Amino acid sequence: MLLLEDDPFRSHPVANIGPARHEQSTRSLRRVFSWQRASEQLIQGALFCCALLSILTTLSIIYVLVTEAIVALPPDTSFFQEIGLAEFFSETRWTPQYAEEQRHYGILPLLCGTLLITGISGLIGLPAGLMIAIYLSEYASPRTRSLCKPMLELLAGIPTIVYGYFALTVLTPYFIVPVFKQTFGLSVGGFNALAGGIVVGIMIIPMVASLSEDVLRAVPNSLREAGYALGSTKFDVSAKIVVPSALSGILASFLLALSRSIGETMAVAIASTGQPALTLNPLAAIQTMTIFIVNVMQGEVVAGSTLEKSLYAVALVLFVITLGMNLISQMVLARYREVYQ
Amino acid sequence: MSLHDEIYEQKLALRHRLGQAFEWACRLTTWLSMGILAVLLVGIGRQAWGWLTWGFLTRGNSYIAEEAGIVAGLCGSLWLIGLTAMMAVPLGVGAAVYLEEYARPTRLTKLIQLNISNLAGVPSIVYGILGFTVFVRMFGLRDRPEKFVCSLGFVDFSFELPLGRVVVSGAATLTLLSLPVIIIAAQEALRAVPASLRHASLALGATKWQTVRHQVIPAALPGILTGVILALSRALGETAPLLVLGAAAQLSVVPGRITGIGDVLRHPGKLVQAPFDQFTAIPLQIYSWVSDSSRGFEHVSAAGIVVLLVVLILMNGTAIFIRQRFQKKIRW
Repeated sequence: MLLLEDDPFRSHPVANIGPARHEQSTRSLRRVFSWQRASEQLIQGALFCCALLSILTTLSIIYVLVTEAIVALPPDTSFFQEIGLAEFFSETRWTPQYAEEQRHYGILPLLCGTLLITGISGLIGLPAGLMIAIYLSEYASPRTRSLCKPMLELLAGIPTIVYGYFALTVLTPYFIVPVFKQTFGLSVGGFNALAGGIVVGIMIIPMVASLSEDVLRAVPNSLREAGYALGSTKFDVSAKIVVPSALSGILASFLLALSRSIGETMAVAIASTGQPALTLNPLAAIQTMTIFIVNVMQGEVVAGSTLEKSLYAVALVLFVITLGMNLISQMVLARYREVYQ
Repeated sequence: MSLHDEIYEQKLALRHRLGQAFEWACRLTTWLSMGILAVLLVGIGRQAWGWLTWGFLTRGNSYIAEEAGIVAGLCGSLWLIGLTAMMAVPLGVGAAVYLEEYARPTRLTKLIQLNISNLAGVPSIVYGILGFTVFVRMFGLRDRPEKFVCSLGFVDFSFELPLGRVVVSGAATLTLLSLPVIIIAAQEALRAVPASLRHASLALGATKWQTVRHQVIPAALPGILTGVILALSRALGETAPLLVLGAAAQLSVVPGRITGIGDVLRHPGKLVQAPFDQFTAIPLQIYSWVSDSSRGFEHVSAAGIVVLLVVLILMNGTAIFIRQRFQKKIRW
């Protein structure tokens, strides 16, 4: 994939400098110093450094998060040296901004909020995205597809803050409050997890749709034709042949989309911000890991305080979760491509 | 007709009906999501109607909704994107050229490739934390920022170390954020250039870099440009990393306090100073307006969103134009 198969550069024969009688004809092939060669080498080195920058970025992300959260350089103490893993993962209160004696550092409420948003967004975004992918790859005419694809790109290109505004000013007052408060009599505030979850779900639709569509289109036509030859209807072919054969790829795209909704910040921060709470009530205002980071960073944070270190600890958890999900789905997608090529 | 045939006919009819229902469900979902896009745009447009005036585009921010303007954010965003492009485009295209044209399939190359696709999936807020630590604080290099004055001969400019919440910090963060996307797009564009072009150039005696520089990159340029513009337009809409950097959302002055083109001509030093000045950006201003519950600000934020979307549409339109214009000309 990285290299063209017939790359002419790879198998450069090393000039075999023969006896003197070949001197005349092979002089140009000898590796003598020339400014041309030096600059070629220099350019290659510079380009390599550009590529290496990505590794450097990852390493510095890891370095920054780990030194603040897990092991600090001696004069400083890291977050987990101050708090301890046991409290971090078992305590059910997250109150690092409270007065000294009321501070608790248990990440469960934040994880719970993130889970709630991710769950709602998954319920909306994944089936919708998959159905659009099936429609575009199996049913739609080329004209419809060429109309829908740019629209999906447009949907994907809208900044997340716009979705947040939409959730706060349209979704909550005109849909969620009338339905749940006035019809069912449940208590709903201006900020609720449902609105945030729904817009995050809408946000991941284009991602699921385009990734899954690629995966579905990669299923060889011979499988479809075999299905039709056995008397299957179009639905049978789509739902019982194409989707199952593309299942691993579809799941990988789901995983990528969910990891995106875990890391989603602005839409949720605008539509759902509340106190950290261990609740799965979608109508409550909640706090996610990302909301916490944004909220704290908006104010002035004392350098070296436990509050500041807690940011890094939360960011580390976020990074590890999303990285794990991304890695798994990359691996699954890579294997999937191998199967059908 | 036998009993079996009858059962088969019934089941077949059922299967067809199921298939039709499924097709309609899929079609409905597709058009529904397009409908959401329409509702979103129309809703925002209605809120912004009447508030998107010339004054809004040219005023600084204010605590009074009627007097709020977006000029500080607009200029801040343009500065950010300009500097981001200056850093991210050479780095990104360079990395892509290395990976596509030079790299041998070693373990390191595979690692870099895997790493790039993973970086593309790292939440933007983590990049914000990275930028805050590395650029704004510089790992707590000094307790108090130290001021340096630098002279370029005709102009002087000053900056502080650690950099603090200035345009350069924001642009560097957005560079790291958009690099993976740019690299992936540029790689795809380079991959689409046929090998015969390279072979021909090499056969004529061009060196590797001459081939890349004069044949491969020009041929891949439309694709690269499209990818770059799309990546930059995504960076333009990013709010979370800038918010985490601690950029001042309430700021009402333009970076460098540039008041117009005449001002730049009279004081060219301001252009050099601006990257080391405090900044705000369109999405940051929108966020601060959305968070403001006082009367009228929902309209101001809608107007801000319209400005943001217009800038994005202009950028995307350019990308689509480039794609259409150049792809038709080239026939391999």
